[in-house]
Amino acid sequence: MIRFENVGLRYGTGPEVLRDISFTLPPGSFHFMTGASGAGKSSLLKLMYLALRPSRGLVTLFGKDMARVKRADLPALRRQIGVVFQDFALLDHLSALDNVALPLRMGGARESDVVEHCTEILRWVGLGNHLNSLPSTLSGGQQQRVAIARAVINRPRLLLADEPTGNVDDGIGMRLLYLFEELHKLGTTVVIASHNEALIRRFEHPRLMLENGRLHVLPAHASRWA
Amino acid sequence: MALPPLTRRNSDLPLAKDPTSRFLMGLTALMVYLAALALAGALLVSDMTRRWDSGLAGGLTVQIMPLPDSAQAAPLEERTEAALTVLRATPGIATASVLSSGDVGRLLEPWLGKEAADPLLPMPRLIDVMTNGPVDTAALSARLTSAAPGATLDDHAVWLADLRRFAGAMHLAALGIVALIGGAGVMAVVFAVRSGLAIHRHVVELLHLMGATDRYVARQFESHVIGLTLRGGMTGLLLAAGTLGGIGHAAAGLHASLLPDLATSPWWAVAALAAVPLAACLLAALTARWTVLRTLESMP
Repeated sequence: MIRFENVGLRYGTGPEVLRDISFTLPPGSFHFMTGASGAGKSSLLKLMYLALRPSRGLVTLFGKDMARVKRADLPALRRQIGVVFQDFALLDHLSALDNVALPLRMGGARESDVVEHCTEILRWVGLGNHLNSLPSTLSGGQQQRVAIARAVINRPRLLLADEPTGNVDDGIGMRLLYLFEELHKLGTTVVIASHNEALIRRFEHPRLMLENGRLHVLPAHASRWA
Repeated sequence: MALPPLTRRNSDLPLAKDPTSRFLMGLTALMVYLAALALAGALLVSDMTRRWDSGLAGGLTVQIMPLPDSAQAAPLEERTEAALTVLRATPGIATASVLSSGDVGRLLEPWLGKEAADPLLPMPRLIDVMTNGPVDTAALSARLTSAAPGATLDDHAVWLADLRRFAGAMHLAALGIVALIGGAGVMAVVFAVRSGLAIHRHVVELLHLMGATDRYVARQFESHVIGLTLRGGMTGLLLAAGTLGGIGHAAAGLHASLLPDLATSPWWAVAALAAVPLAACLLAALTARWTVLRTLESMP
């Protein structure tokens, strides 16, 4: 699914924020990504969802070497990746339903299907009463769930989440992680960046641990006690 | 209880609230107004030239000047008869009729005033000739001069050539004005679209990351620009129609028969004017698409 080989990343002429990153995520796997603030979690996720290109090294996604992929082929690849952004990145002028509908409309889905599927998924995340609500009228937790619904509406092959439990209490955080678990059981490859150790320890999943720009992959059993 | 889903879809980019929107609509109205007036001017000149051209085509005028006694020429009436004889014997001449003194006086009245009718004033005789086939005007002119000294043949070629040259220059000027207006319109759209891209850069980047193609983003701008330019264009066209109507009304008051009547313009002239806002809209849409696609090329 994802393979990084000796990947390095630097912004402009600054120092490398990620160094010699190598790992492989098999299809259908579930990983947590941990590390202190500034360790490079968001940068690594950005490389995964193709917002950045590495300064060096090889990134392979869905079996394709990203250095060789044409620019015109990137949108189709990106539509196979669902991303839950740290700041939710909801469009303020669009309703919850229209925000969730974005990936479907970009993919050219029929409008009747768009409305039906978005209504269904918003009900699934407990926002059936907020289809027409603007993000500014929703609480942080509700916005988070809209962002998650938008990330998964397209049934992505890869789901990346950047601190998805950062703005919610532990109860909602647990509920969100169970939601990711359900998607994982349906075959989606999941990577969740989080520093909420208490929540992470409740799940037996391997961990990508970033420390000073370097990555350590911890297996599930070790991850629990990391 | 769940609310019914939205039935009206908003644009992914909140372009309608941009400050450039009103600017672009107003500018389009102004440009379409000016372009429509320039085009109307060119069409009127075209129509005027066509009418004068068709009125003079197939017509010749023979002028027989009064000569001083020292020239020892035959009297004016005799020379006129001789010229008529030559004309009637020439193949390709359908009719040749002498204008009465009264008609000649009326033709000269704008320059000479009421004195043009004074019988003591030496007036030329004019023969109005209609042709129904090709006529060798050089040979005819030579025969007329020989038969009736003081006779000159005018086939209006010089005057018509001047008229056509004037019409051509007017067309070129109108085309130049329309091209300049189009160029200004393209620059305004480029500016508005670039502003929109800058203002909504974070949204465009987000759509991009979610898998939106460049064409998908460009379509959002296209739709927005089409809506604005269509509204602005129709406003400009209505204003131009009002202005042309006012000019037509004023021209009718002058009883200037040489000026064309706007109310009786052919359908294609009306269609050409009505197409101005549509052309502006099309140009704006293409410009918006080109600008967005070019700008997004720099995104990874």
